[in-house]
Amino acid sequence: MLKVMSEKELAQKSVEYRKKILKYIYQAKAGHTGGSLSCIDILNVLYNHTMNVGPDTFDSPDRDRYIQSKGHTVEALYVVLASRGFFPESDLETLCKYQSHYIGHPTRKVHGVEQNTGALGHGLSLSVGTAIAGKLDKRDYRVFTVLGDGELPEGSNWEAALSASHYKLDNLCAILDKNTLQISGPTSAVCNTDPVDEKFEAFGWAVRHVDGHDIGELVTALDALPFEEGKPSLIIAHTVKGKGVSYMENQLKWHHGVPDKQQYADAIQELDALEVTLA
Amino acid sequence: MNATIENIAVSQRANLEVFSGTLQHLAQSDRDIIVVTSDSRGSGKLVPFGQKFPEQIIEVGIAEQNLVGVAAGLASAGKKVFAVSPACFLTARALEQIKNDVAYSDNPVKLIGISAGVSYGALGSTHHSLHDFAVLRTINNLIVVAPADNFETEQAILLAAETDVPVYIRFGKKQMPLLSEEEKTFEFGKGRVVREGSDVTIIGTGETVAPAILAADKLEREHNISATVVSMHTIKPLDYDLLRNIAASGQPIITVEEHSIYGGLGEACASFLIQNDFHNRFKIIGIPDEYTVTGSQTEIFNHYGISEGGIAAAALGLVR
Repeated sequence: MLKVMSEKELAQKSVEYRKKILKYIYQAKAGHTGGSLSCIDILNVLYNHTMNVGPDTFDSPDRDRYIQSKGHTVEALYVVLASRGFFPESDLETLCKYQSHYIGHPTRKVHGVEQNTGALGHGLSLSVGTAIAGKLDKRDYRVFTVLGDGELPEGSNWEAALSASHYKLDNLCAILDKNTLQISGPTSAVCNTDPVDEKFEAFGWAVRHVDGHDIGELVTALDALPFEEGKPSLIIAHTVKGKGVSYMENQLKWHHGVPDKQQYADAIQELDALEVTLA
Repeated sequence: MNATIENIAVSQRANLEVFSGTLQHLAQSDRDIIVVTSDSRGSGKLVPFGQKFPEQIIEVGIAEQNLVGVAAGLASAGKKVFAVSPACFLTARALEQIKNDVAYSDNPVKLIGISAGVSYGALGSTHHSLHDFAVLRTINNLIVVAPADNFETEQAILLAAETDVPVYIRFGKKQMPLLSEEEKTFEFGKGRVVREGSDVTIIGTGETVAPAILAADKLEREHNISATVVSMHTIKPLDYDLLRNIAASGQPIITVEEHSIYGGLGEACASFLIQNDFHNRFKIIGIPDEYTVTGSQTEIFNHYGISEGGIAAAALGLVR
């Protein structure tokens, strides 16, 4: 059974998660650092507050589902799944190592992972299919997916967005990790998708904006689902790539940059200091 | 009078119709049977299915990537999902979804490629699937099947519904003759010997098995040559045991497929044979690497020798 966490406890969890993301990326010398730090508060609230899934209920047909469309920020997912007890955290010592199941994108070989993702623009269709099945079977589970703003130009997202509203999937919630940066530059400069709220609204979705690092706003929005009966919900989470480590924030190089020894120490020091203020 | 596929297919149906009939039969007693279509109800002969089982058909519109992704999501929630779309679009447009969402994620979707090969005839290359065996053979965790006749089609659909691994099944829309009254076994990965012979072996798949049988009749009638004919309905996993037995007999081997000569049945057989020290005379008949000639499926088949005369001539070339 999920322990009910206060917003303060959730905020503390986020700091702990950030430190672990950095630890395992630093050890593996690989990972998608900036994006993992931008989506971690979302995953924290989903797994520690919103969703009715845990290691003991993962086989239940009634569990809530989480499908990570932006698969490359798998380090955030691994850290959260480990903390929820899906597998021992020590498994992450093998991240990206020879013959490890813990590869650089989600796979179902890892307990708790619903779908193998990594190629962009796949999570929403998978979520739509899963949500349709829930409606057909009259089950109450909900389906959550985190999209990256950089992956939105993939046309399959928009095909899926159409189906989601066509089938009135109010059991589906997409959360857009809108960190506004992608590998080759600002998302607005690479391929502008704004105003993204109006686009999804035009596709028949109910849309809300939140500060994607404000635990209270995430909790409030996720508690309010569905935003409209008969419509899929989109939460546009305004986030900062590299959030929590000042020298990484909004810096393109940290898309998949790996900190060196000194940088790692600096980042942990900064997060330790934050932790003290939250205690 | 030349034998034709049409006049030996008397009383038989198109494999497409058998597919849709079998699905209706299955859906009657199993509410988990779900069909997903991309505006392909009409071309998939699924209009009656949709009328009878409106809750068991999901329409995504002309959006094949979404078709396959949605199908994978449904399958992950325990549905027995048939994703139905013309083979050309299903296996090219949605290849990444097949690779990742179905095969790699191990969501046991049944991918149904309708109007496969050159079934669309004069509609041209956009509508032909001459690449599907080649690309799908390289994807791990996917069974690739091209049933030849009504029996094989029905069996393939029934088996696919119960199997918990991903399957791709492709067929055309032409009336097909029954290959054999006697050979009534069917399992994925086991080729069917539908005619026994001693001089040459013709290995066909899908709608090329029928002309292979006509060619075998012609060889016997006109040249006293006795041909074995195999329906190699499963392209992957390929029936290596059967291939080994055929090759050990020393007979020349001809493969015939409604597919590019590259990467399909023929090259799959050749790869096995050469790596196992079999050096039988060998020929691949299929669609060559060129702009496919304009015409109906039958005209295209005849043009490239996927025909009674073409296959027989190839056999004569190898036997003599």
